Amino acid sequence: MAPKDSDDIPRMHHPLEIPKLKCGAMEDSAPYPASPAHQASVGFPEELLPDWKERALAKMKDLAEKNRAFKVYLDACVKCGACTDKCHYFLGTGDPKNMPVARQDLLRSVYRRYFTFAGKYFPKLVGARDLTEEVLDEWYSYYHQCSQCRRCSVFCPYGIDTAEISMAAREIMDVVGKGQKYCNEIIGKVHVVGNNLGLQEKALRATLEDLEEEIEEDTGVSVRLPLDEKGADILLITPSADFFAEPHIEGLIGYAKVFHEAGVSWTISSHASEAANFGLFIGSYENMRKVSLRIRKAAQDLGVKRIIFGECGHAWRVAYSFLNTLAGPWDFLDPKYPVPQHILEFTWDQIQRGNLKLDKSQNDHIRLTYHDSCNVARASGMGDQPGGQFEIPRNVIRAVCNHFYDMDRDTIRESTFCCGGGGGLLTDELMDLRTKGAAPRMTALQQVTEEHGVTHMAAICAICKTQFSKVMPKFGYDMESIVSVHQLVSNAIVLTGQGGAEDEDGEEDAA
Amino acid sequence: MLGYIYAILFYAATAILVIGLASKIWIYARTPAPLKIPTTPAPKTRSGVVLRMFREVVFFESLYKSNKWIWLFGWMFHMGMWLVLIRHLRYFTQPVWGWVELAQPFGIYAAFAMLIGLGGLWARRVLVERIKYITNPSDHLMLALLMGIVLSGMMMRFVTRTDIVSVKVYMLGLMRFDVGYMPADPVLMLHLFLVATLMIVFPVSKLLHAPGVFFSPSRNQVDNPREKRHIAPWAAKLES
Ligand code: HEM
Ligand code: SF4
Ligand code: SF4
Repeated sequence: MAPKDSDDIPRMHHPLEIPKLKCGAMEDSAPYPASPAHQASVGFPEELLPDWKERALAKMKDLAEKNRAFKVYLDACVKCGACTDKCHYFLGTGDPKNMPVARQDLLRSVYRRYFTFAGKYFPKLVGARDLTEEVLDEWYSYYHQCSQCRRCSVFCPYGIDTAEISMAAREIMDVVGKGQKYCNEIIGKVHVVGNNLGLQEKALRATLEDLEEEIEEDTGVSVRLPLDEKGADILLITPSADFFAEPHIEGLIGYAKVFHEAGVSWTISSHASEAANFGLFIGSYENMRKVSLRIRKAAQDLGVKRIIFGECGHAWRVAYSFLNTLAGPWDFLDPKYPVPQHILEFTWDQIQRGNLKLDKSQNDHIRLTYHDSCNVARASGMGDQPGGQFEIPRNVIRAVCNHFYDMDRDTIRESTFCCGGGGGLLTDELMDLRTKGAAPRMTALQQVTEEHGVTHMAAICAICKTQFSKVMPKFGYDMESIVSVHQLVSNAIVLTGQGGAEDEDGEEDAA
Repeated sequence: MLGYIYAILFYAATAILVIGLASKIWIYARTPAPLKIPTTPAPKTRSGVVLRMFREVVFFESLYKSNKWIWLFGWMFHMGMWLVLIRHLRYFTQPVWGWVELAQPFGIYAAFAMLIGLGGLWARRVLVERIKYITNPSDHLMLALLMGIVLSGMMMRFVTRTDIVSVKVYMLGLMRFDVGYMPADPVLMLHLFLVATLMIVFPVSKLLHAPGVFFSPSRNQVDNPREKRHIAPWAAKLES
């Protein structure tokens, strides 16, 4: 194999271009393992147990009994190959084990060996193999090259979702003591402090106060970002990146302005100051539930009537699809509103009611495209129509921005390409994988830049935003080319009592 | 003698197919789906899901979006197979049902559709690098088995002259547990042997995709998680 070079950025002529197979190209890619303390903080054994193999098989059996998806997907695949060219990591790396069916087979081969008639008696025939330490290491490598984006599931005739298999594999590895540092450390922090960053209440309060000052300086209007205010109507649950990272903060300012103009009372909670729920990535129902219950407690303690989620992809999946299951029923909230709502559902509703004064020309320096985040696109919804998760963000964008161009149809909506950093892979040691995995999306972006002069891309996911601000420079864009949708809303919104927005525009950019 | 050997073979194969398949379906049905995971956009109502499933099973909708070649060959093979199966009902019914009679003329073309479909799918397994990589010996064997069934069937139809009338009498007899005379025609023996083999491997092979597709949570769930609380029995226990 050619020597590995972390800077070799795949050059694609087309976002769907299928590479030649490069066997073993990514076999050395693996994230840092969790330390004993990180493992313990999420309730898993501290290191690889002596009887790991028996435990792994017992867990596999348990999953097959508790999770229909796992059982059916392992049985039903016919190896038709329809999914083989659908994964961005395969397209970017050429490593055949990154083809979705091949990724599933890493686990299916073991499942067959121990749990199926054919695999027990004719292992060679059906590609069944024993579970060994090498197999476990291979799992660790390749199940951390899957961002659980579900693109393969869209194209499989049976909807086989490799994300489900990767989550199961990670859970099996966790229970035998082979966890991943990035996810488990973060989940541990949420259990103790309430957010991924370990940001304490005091620091959070100071940050929000700074933002209030910043908005007042910019606009001359006092807009509040309340924390722990009992009796507020709306509890905002947003990814903690919104409190400190760019361009996420601009989005948070946008939500605050929308709430302000809508005239509703709202609050952030220091107990549940995180929308993200990495329990999803490690396939742990128990961890996902424990994190979600913080939101329930915050809603009860603060006595709110509604819950609204900020811009975050996997968080919206857990919120929209799972929150009712994990932490419901929500019968103590106002039944007039879905629980939970997405901030874009709220903003779009306000725009339709004519409650927001918008000056689109404030975004005229931007020629925009929109990246559908995978978990929003393929694992959740918005509004009351199927596909609302595609229309509502675009409706809001069109309401605040004059120059909007979609990318190639095969790379957006339900066919969207992952940013390359989802699913618990947003960690520096996986930068090579992240860059290669971003290549299909970046290639589609380059196409609209050539055709329409697109300068910026908007996203509604904290992971996408962070990932893009890191990888876009490698593909010839500025870090600032990735924007929050509510950042565009924030630019365009003219607050009641705000004068001379035009004059301040230049300063705003310079600041 | 031959009649008895094939009688035993078919009774055993039928028992394995029925019991094996029923137990798999029972396991799939009993295993809970703890979370709502439809691949969205997904229908918001039960009837919408029925329609989605119908399009998947009859038109292979997702496969069509995915890969036109696999779709073409796969669809030809499966639709040919259903027609051929319907045509075969005339060996098991007396008098033959009217709608089965109607399908007769198409049955002949259906065999060619199966042949081309299987040939195309097999060629992809050998020629397309990616698909070759994911292919196990069992995948080739399955195609060989089906190809064998189709070719031996076509031999009887187009080349040799098998005594179909006696075969029908034998089959109708078997259905009344009355073992009669089976013609000792080598092509017929091969055909029936391969069919019995297919029935036996069905419940322990990838042919489980046929019942499996109906139980796939990403396709059969209604997208209404905010409206209706979904909870698995084992998960509900965590709450008490
Ligand atoms: C509900 C009924 C069924 C549905 C919806 C269905 C659907 C599919 C689809 C979408 C594929 C993938 C595309 C392809 O390779 O053709 C496939 C493959 C296959 N099906 Fe079915 N099928 C059904 C029943 C059956 C039955 C009853 C048999 C066998 C007797 C069968 C045999 C096969 C085989 C052997 C393959 C793999 C072909 C290959 O190796 O490339 N299917 N099926
Ligand atoms: S598309 Fe589905 S059935 Fe076909 S190989 Fe991939 S996972 Fe298996
Ligand atoms: S879920 Fe996404 S990342 Fe994982 S195998 Fe499928 S396409 Fe690739």
